[in-house]
Order: sequence, then structure tokens, then C-alpha cells
Amino acid sequence: MVSEKDVAHIAGLADIGIEKEELAEFTGRFNEILDYFDILDQVEPGSRGETDLVNVFRDDVVEASLPEDEVLANTREKEDGFFRAPRVM
Amino acid sequence: MTETAGTTGQENRVMDFSDDEVIIGLEIHCQLDTLTKLFCGCSTDYRDDGPNTHVCPICLGLPGSLPRVNRKAIEYALRVAKALNCTIIEESEFARKNYFYPDLNKGFQITQYDRPLAVRGYLDIEGDDGEKRVRITRVHVEEDPGRLVHKGGADRAKYTLVDYNRAGIPLIEIVTEPDIRSPKEARKFLNKLRATLEYLGVFDSEKEGSLRVDANISIQPKGWFTREGKGKADRGRAEVKNISSYKGVEKALTFEVTRQKNALRRGQRLGTETRHFVETRGITTSSRSKEMEQDYRYFPEPDLRPLQVCSWAEEIVLPELPDARRARFLTQYGCSPIHARTLTGDLRVAEFYEHIATIDPVLAATWVADTLLGELNYRDMGVSRVSPESFRELIVLVKEGSVTDKGGVEVLRSLLDQIKESGSCETPGECVGRLGLRVLERTGETGADDDPVAKAAREVIAEQPQAVADFHAGKKEAFNFLVGQVMKKTRGRAKPADVNQVLSGILGKEG
Amino acid sequence: MPTLTFSPKDRYNAFITTLNEAGTGPGKLSGIGIAVKDNISTSGIPTTCASRILEGYIPPFDAHVVTLLKKAGAGIVGKTNMDEFGMGTTTENSAFGPTKNPADPSRVPGGSSGGSAAAIAAGMVRMALGTDTGGSIRCPAAFCGIVGHKPTYGRVSRYGLIAYANSLEQIGPMARTVSDISLLMEILTAYDPRDSTSINCPYAHTPDPDVHGLKIGVPEEYFGEGVDPRVASVVWEGISLLERKGAEIITCRMPSMAYALAAYYVTCTSEASSNLARFDGVRYGHPADTKLQWHESFQDRRRNGFGTEVKRRIMLGTFALSSGYYGKYYAKAQAARQQVRTDFLRLFRSVDVIAGPTMPTVAFRLGEKTDPLSMYLSDILTVPANLAGIPAISVPCGTSEGLPVGLQIMGPHFRDERVIDVAYAYELGVAR
Ligand SMILES: [Zn+2]
Repeated sequence: MVSEKDVAHIAGLADIGIEKEELAEFTGRFNEILDYFDILDQVEPGSRGETDLVNVFRDDVVEASLPEDEVLANTREKEDGFFRAPRVM
Repeated sequence: MTETAGTTGQENRVMDFSDDEVIIGLEIHCQLDTLTKLFCGCSTDYRDDGPNTHVCPICLGLPGSLPRVNRKAIEYALRVAKALNCTIIEESEFARKNYFYPDLNKGFQITQYDRPLAVRGYLDIEGDDGEKRVRITRVHVEEDPGRLVHKGGADRAKYTLVDYNRAGIPLIEIVTEPDIRSPKEARKFLNKLRATLEYLGVFDSEKEGSLRVDANISIQPKGWFTREGKGKADRGRAEVKNISSYKGVEKALTFEVTRQKNALRRGQRLGTETRHFVETRGITTSSRSKEMEQDYRYFPEPDLRPLQVCSWAEEIVLPELPDARRARFLTQYGCSPIHARTLTGDLRVAEFYEHIATIDPVLAATWVADTLLGELNYRDMGVSRVSPESFRELIVLVKEGSVTDKGGVEVLRSLLDQIKESGSCETPGECVGRLGLRVLERTGETGADDDPVAKAAREVIAEQPQAVADFHAGKKEAFNFLVGQVMKKTRGRAKPADVNQVLSGILGKEG
Repeated sequence: MPTLTFSPKDRYNAFITTLNEAGTGPGKLSGIGIAVKDNISTSGIPTTCASRILEGYIPPFDAHVVTLLKKAGAGIVGKTNMDEFGMGTTTENSAFGPTKNPADPSRVPGGSSGGSAAAIAAGMVRMALGTDTGGSIRCPAAFCGIVGHKPTYGRVSRYGLIAYANSLEQIGPMARTVSDISLLMEILTAYDPRDSTSINCPYAHTPDPDVHGLKIGVPEEYFGEGVDPRVASVVWEGISLLERKGAEIITCRMPSMAYALAAYYVTCTSEASSNLARFDGVRYGHPADTKLQWHESFQDRRRNGFGTEVKRRIMLGTFALSSGYYGKYYAKAQAARQQVRTDFLRLFRSVDVIAGPTMPTVAFRLGEKTDPLSMYLSDILTVPANLAGIPAISVPCGTSEGLPVGLQIMGPHFRDERVIDVAYAYELGVAR
């Protein structure tokens, strides 16, 4: 069982905004689903299985980068070629 | 340990640090010198270009884009792993490290976690007490995040500017065991590692920001790290993050040693702490970030397939590495052990030396290891700024006696100043001529009127009657003084043997 | 270049974006208008994943499959509605409102490729692309009464598919007929080195309806608890038809089915929790608020940009990967996944294909399923193919309560041709 406090903690870890009003409902659903997941407890820890496809590489050859206007086309928060993001400090 | 502070016994115990040792482990990130990024075909040659000019859907993290591993990056990493005597893991894989920061284009970093490329290696270095082995825990490959810029400084900027040109540059992360025992040793380790990476042709230390170091440092009772010492209390440690220069590492760690010793002396408990190195002030500061409690939720990168590269690694033939080259310099060129170490400590220096060693290996070694490196260091220049042909010409002039050692140094200084100023310089011959440093060739018989050395000697004798008198009175030092004056008058261009001969000739006649 | 005009009455809300004109060219799909699910990148055309968080995002590149469709002469006529990021079984979880089922507009079309299925079922397009992470092509195909195929994992490039759960999902064809599915497979399987998990295995095949001597495995679990008996009996009739055409029916067991659904949901939510972290509004999408501090802005965007189900899955995945729970959830799910794969490999040593219902029920009423777990449980018959990476097709096989029922046929890795043949045999058999 996870508590509302646990769910709030997970929301913090996921950096996702959960409204206070949503928390109880979320926690209830969460527990139903986690209860169902408990069936995995019966699974023996096993190998990761066969890996058929390995060592997929590309050669170190320069390919064209995006044209500058396309790089910044999808945001209006830009300045002197930079993207503008909220401050981190 | 009792917790009751303040008793005399306790204080004595706390104050006694004679038996402590500094324990340092390093985590080094180096940019691999590939043509393209780790997961896309964007060029890595971004340093002279504007922000976000070397980006594509993949390194911008546009939805729907998929990473593709650069074969060269893996090959370079394997070279490093082999050179560091690591065991290559039979099947390794990429993993996602999840955290949210604007320099991350995808909201996670592709790195390696529980199945890294290689583990358990070592690098032998010249430690504080002679040759020593520093164990390598692991070597793995990961992508560099983007670069954040704060206009007007981190404290004042209202927002963050992001440039993803650096995002996706291949990095190799090398983690050492806590085997390093002093800041100086850490520096030596880094120098040796840098040399090794450059010999391998996978790294260019001259590129700005190509190396970053996180250092774990603590001060523990001696033997704490040995099996017997395991029971003793851990005094806590600091992880100093993101030191971006070689000198910075030694500075930051030296600061930490002092800081931690002082704290322990005051009886403080240090705990585990993340600190940042403030390069401009040479100090470390505690970072308030929650980094210690971060939960990165690693899991295997589902868009990439595992690596099985053991047999590939076996096929890779390594070039000559610093230790082998040092040994060869000893035998092939007869270098002194110290010169051999200095000359091979940097790939560019070693190659520079080999370029000119043919003239006279020992003379060349002295000139490169002692003179050139010192003058370069003084000017904060790299050896790659100097043309080996030009330097070779200078050594030839010195060797054939056209310029004295002292004159040669003067020429070298002038040439380096010119390079530093304008990027180019005149030839050593021109410089010797311009500065009038060509050795004064004696003409005719000793004392002949047109012999410049004799002329200088006569002038000195005329100007220094007291010294001449002293000489005649039997004072040996007076002769040395007069020789010095002649040398000074000829601005070092006269050969000391000539001056000796001429001076004693004239003084003898007078006597 | 001939141009297609496309201005449908979208009564079922099948499309998020329609293009009135689409260029076409010569090729195997010449002149055919094709709808593309809105999680597949289309250069110059908004691609939303039915999410507010991608509002205004216009990809600067085409997904590999879109390039291939264009090269084959098809015209892209629109982007279809879906559950946000593919997270749903009904196409109700869309920021653009639910799609309705043309077979009965009071019902859901299934999901998450519900828009693509509805567009075909309503006759608006002949074919469409869907994506299938845990049944998202086959479920709506079954509910709407069309054909949908999930290719073998790695057979079709995912380049340009906005990831929900990378290790499970594939882009695949949806159409009215098996022949059209086969035709699309020829186009979609052209190799693309940009997807490192894909394999160069082109599909060049003409469906062959001969099922003489074909061994069809029928797992008991596919007719077990939770499967509507009426649906079960319709599907059994379908399988019997194949038997009459000369196939041999062999009942079998798949014990790993007990863990499959949990393994699936742990895996897909884990991957999703990481995939969906890139929508920070810095480079594209609804812009980040630069007046806020980074984490405030990030949380704000996610709170307003994602629907409830997406948030739930991000949370579940975050939890499953978090320190202390990784071993209990993510690692165990991978072990269970391996068991599912092993079960299939074992079965395919003695049977050629495996058949059963696609969905345990017919289409739900709109708004009928409110609790997430019971919604998840309806994926029980489709997720095993995704966990194992095997090909699986859903072909219409009659009705129950007047609503379409799908017959699911699964085959060994890279034997997409075989499951398409069997579906074709069924389709022809019904037609005769
Ligand atoms: Zn790129």
C-alpha cells in the first residue's frame, strides 16, 4: 500500500504537478494497480534473455545539421540563436 | 567514539591528525575526439560557431528521433580501456539516466550504468613516493549535455540560455579507486592520463572544456581504506564537482584538504557533501542542490542494442604509450631519466623533440625539456604554437657556436613573444642578426686591434682600474669580475673561453 | 503531380488534422489517400500525439514510414485522433475529444489508433497507419471491423514515431482488406538504418490463402476468464472456418499469460516516464514560462499539458524505476517478459500460428470504462505479442450483439507473411 504521502513523493520525483484534490483519487487507483502488479512477485528473477541484435553502429561521417531557421522554428522563446529556458538557480 | 565533546581526552584525540591520510578518487570526463557526435552525424567542431548551429532532430531531442551509436566513439573508448589495462565487459549496454534540466535535450542522458564498457584497470604514475599504481574502477561512454549561459551572471540572469551544440559530444568517463593520496598526486595522475589519451589519438586536451573532473576527497585515519582499517569511523567526504582544468584539480583539492582538516580540528563532523569549485577564487563552496538525494531511475536504453565488443577490442593495436616512449628515449637518445619523463609527458612535446633530436639528442633534450617548456609555461603557451623547423634552426645555431647558450635563450624569448603577439615569428637566424647576438668571432692574433673581444677587454680594463689592481695584487675573484664585465659588454656574444684567453693575455702583458 | 482533394465530414472525430489537398505521385500507392496516426512525425504538418503539451509543434522532418508512403505515390490526407501518446484502449483520452465508432457511434472505436480505424471504417480513407504498443492497432481494428497488423518488432522503422514505449511499439498498417495490409507492408518494411532496433527484412509477398496442413495453436488462456463467451464463440467459429479449409487446430497453454499484463504495464509506464520528460517547452511545444523557476515551469507544463492517464502512467513508471522498487517491478517485468517470449518460442516449435480473440469483449460504450485497472485488463490478449515482439494481425470475424469482433492471428518473429496469409484465407473463406 502506498499512502498519499508516497504518491506525493513520487509526483515530486517525476516532477509532475498533481493537484491536491487529485491526490486521494490518484492514490486509490495507484494502489489498485500496484496490487495487480504484485503478481510479478511470483516471477523468478531471470536472465534478460537472448540478445540477437548487437553492435549496431553508424560510421563517423558528418551529416548536415538542421538549417538554423528550422532549429528555432518551434519556439518563440529564443535570443541570439539560443533557446530561452526558465532559470535554473 | 564518544559523542561527549569538550573533555580533554576527546579534544586530544580530535586534535591528533599526524596519522591521517588524504584519500582521493577521481571521476574524469573527457570528450572523445571524433568527427561527429555520439548519436548523430552533427559535427563536433562547434567551438568557433554560433549557438545551436551544430544540431539536428537527434541532438535536439525532437520527438521521434532515435540515437545511432558512432562506431568511432566506441573504438576510441576501447583504446582507452585497453591502455588502462581494463577488462572489457562481454556484453555492455547504454542506459538512461533520468533527471530534468534544461541542458538535457531529452529529459535524460544516455550513459552506461550497471553494464559499462570496461572495468578493473590501472594506470601507473609517478606518485609522491615513486612509481605507483592507481586502480581504475570503470570506463564508460556517455553523451555530453548542452551548455547553459546566464547573461549577466548566474545570480542575476532572469532566465537561462541554452546551446545544444555540445549536446551529444561523446564523453568517456573514467572512474578511479580512491588510491590517490595528495592533490599533487591527483595532478600527476591527470597528466599521465591526459598523455595516455593523447598518445591514443582519442583526445585533444587543447580544446576548451574537453576535460571535466569530479573529485571525491576525504581525510581518514591512516589505513582506513585497507581491510584492517575498515572498522574505523568514516570521517565523511566531499565530492567536488565539475573542475574543468588540470591546475584547478590540484587547487580545489588543496583547498579541500585545508578546509576538511580545519573542520576536523574543530571537531566538526563532515558528512557527505557535494561541493563546487569556484575557479576564479580557488575555493570550493557547498552546493545546496538536492543532488545527493537524486534518484536517477536508470534503465537500459530501449532504442539501442547491446555491445559485444571483446573480440573487437582484441584486434585493436595500441600505439606506443608514454611509458614505452620514455624507455625508448632513454636508450635511443641517451636522455636523462628526468628529461625522458618530461619529454614524454605530453605527446606534442615528445613529437616535437623527436623532430629535432637528430641534431644532437642530449643538447636537444636540454633545450626542449628545460628551456623551451619553461619559456612556454611562463607565457601560457602550448608547444604546438612553435614550429619544430624553426626551433631546429635555433638549436643548430647553438650547436655550431654561432650563438651562445645565453644568446640562444634570448632569441627563443623574442621568437615566442612574437608568436604570442602575432602568431608568427622571424627565423632564428634573422632574430640573431637583428638582436646582434651572433657570437663574436675572434679575428687575427690575440690582442689584434680589430678583434672585438680584445677591444671589449681593453675597454673593461680601462674602466675598472681597481679590479685590475686587485688582480695584480693576487685576488682571483677580480679576474672573474673582469670576465663578467667583458661578457656584459659583448652582451653574451663572446665565448667565455675566448674572453678568458684574451683577458689573461692582456693582463699578463701589462703585468 | 496529381493532387488529391480531401474534405470529409468527420462525423466520428477521426481526425485531428485534415489536409484539403495532398500531393500524390507514381508508385504502388499512386493516388491513394492515407491517414496517419498523429504520433507519427510529418514534416510541416502539426503532430500532436493528441496532447496539449505538443500544441503548435510542427516537425521539421518526416517519419521514415511517411517518406516511404510519399515515395510510393500516396497522399497524406490527415492526422488521426488517438489516446494521448497512445495511452489508452478507447481513444477517449485525447485532448481533441473522443473518436466515435462508425459501427455504433455510442461506442468507442478502441484505441489507441481509434482515429485511423474509424476513418477506414467510415470509408473516409482506404488505408491508414496506426501504432501498436500493447494492441493499439489490433484493438481498434477489432472494434471497428477492419484489418490491422502489428508487424514483428524491428520490421518497420520507428524513426519519427513519437515514443511511448520504445521496446514494445511498432508502426503498422490498417485497412479494410488483408490485401491492402499486404500492400502497405511492402512499402513500410523498406530498411532504415536510423532505427538501431530494426532489421533489414523487406516484405515482398502476395497473400496466399492456402491453409492446408497449417497448424493453428489455440491457447486456453485466450478463451479463459474475462473473455466474453459470446465473443469467444464468434472467434471459435472463425477458427473452425480455417479448420474446414484444411488447417489443424491444436489447443495449447500459455502459462506466462498470468504475468503478461503486469509485465506489459510496468515496462510501458517505465519507458514512458522517461520518454515524456523531453516535453519541457524549451525547444518546441507549448512554451515554457521563463518567468518561473525551471522546476516550477516544468511541473506547471506537465500538470497542464498532460491528461490524467498520461500523468498516472508517468507516475507508475517513475515508481517502478525508483530506487528500492526497480527490482520488484522493472526487473521482474523483464523476467516475466522473457517468459512470455519463451512460451511463444516453445509453442511455435509445434504450431505455425496462434489464434484467438483480439479483444475479450466488443467495443465499450463511450464513458463506460472509468477505472484504469479494468481498462488495462482489456489489453490482456494483445499485449503478449508486443512483449514477445512477434507479428499479430486482427481480422474481422463476424459480430456479437451486432458489433464487430476480431480474430487475432500471431506468428513467429519475422513471419508477418504467414499471419497475413492466414488472415487472407479467413477473409476469402468468409467471402465465399
Ligand atoms: Zn545532431
